[in-house]
Amino acid sequence: MVKFVSAKIAVAAVIASVLPALAGDAEPASVRNCTWCHGASAQGYAPAPRLAGQRLQYTENQLRSFIKHTRDNPFSKQYMWGAAANISPSTMHYLAVYFSQEPPKAANDGDKEFAASGKALFEDGNPAANTVSCAVCHGPNAEGIRDIPRLAGLSYFYLKRKLTEWGEGYHTGAKAPMSGIASKLSSNEIEALASYLSFVK
Amino acid sequence: MKVSNKSLALLTTILAIVFSAAGRAEDADRAGTSKQSLQAKIEYCTTCHGSSGQGYHGFYPIPRLAGQQTQYIENQLLAYIEHRRENKYMYSVAHVLSPATRSALARHFSELNPKPLGGAPKGLVVTGKKIYEDGIPETNVPACMACHGGEAKGQGAIPRLAGQLNDYIISKLLNWNLERGRDPARPDISAIMLPTSHNLTKAQVAAVAAYVGHLQ
Repeated sequence: MVKFVSAKIAVAAVIASVLPALAGDAEPASVRNCTWCHGASAQGYAPAPRLAGQRLQYTENQLRSFIKHTRDNPFSKQYMWGAAANISPSTMHYLAVYFSQEPPKAANDGDKEFAASGKALFEDGNPAANTVSCAVCHGPNAEGIRDIPRLAGLSYFYLKRKLTEWGEGYHTGAKAPMSGIASKLSSNEIEALASYLSFVK
Repeated sequence: MKVSNKSLALLTTILAIVFSAAGRAEDADRAGTSKQSLQAKIEYCTTCHGSSGQGYHGFYPIPRLAGQQTQYIENQLLAYIEHRRENKYMYSVAHVLSPATRSALARHFSELNPKPLGGAPKGLVVTGKKIYEDGIPETNVPACMACHGGEAKGQGAIPRLAGQLNDYIISKLLNWNLERGRDPARPDISAIMLPTSHNLTKAQVAAVAAYVGHLQ
């Protein structure tokens, strides 16, 4: 008799644990694993970048790159290699789609004084110095497309770190031309771009 | 102090070597472009146009330059600079280039031959080939082949289409005068494509683009 009751309680407990996800307002368990670090509503927190509103193909590519260890910058190695290690391909796709649909909020954490020169650099590049226009690939509003990431509103600290790390020789996740591009940027240009982008809605 | 013939000869030789070395550095300055700065410019172009000039699917489709007719490339660069062809990104990069550099860049890209970037729907190729080779007489669309060549390699001022990004071709054919012919006071050869671009339907454009896009 007791065994039967415990079994019923066990079944009820399992159902209860799934109910929040079925209800639709709470985050699914797999998403909660991400937002621990990537912040409430996936807006980013400390070194972990905002995932909300990111191009789904880009996010999926990055998750795969953590498993393949192609993306090798220090924080990726320290946190994401482990975090992504056991994510199945279908969950990866689910997460990428989920985050792409979360409304992004601009970080607004750059230096406002640098933002203006950053905008000019983002849109026109600097042909005399052979610096490319970022907009040609990332879009005029840094919105990205397909597997090219949205940069609009990402944290100044994150963007600055990525651009600097690529200049130091760390690899991109997928086949992106960013290593070569970033290594040609001066530190002033990195400051300007990272600041400008952090304010773009 | 009397300078010996031997030391004079030695001094002359050293001076000759020094000055001819400087002369050799000047030789590298082909037509006003130093080898180093040309290499830097080529790298700059390929950042967007692909490491072998094969093109890239950015936010905007960035066209293939590899194997392109030199005259066509030079004409386009000049058109951007003179605002006859209006594209703010290309104006920005082109207007800092000297004529000699433009020629050198055109020559460099004309000699590259990477595989087409691909990505077009394969199912459209057969229809596209028919349009390319026969045109569409009912709607006054001439055979593309007549000017662009049987292998779509172009000639002179007529561009190579083989291996071009299909979404680039579609975008241009459907919006021919969005960029080109922007200076009414200075019409140019680009006007020749205007009637044809108007007479093609969207589906026909997609088919032709798929066909030439896959040509090596």
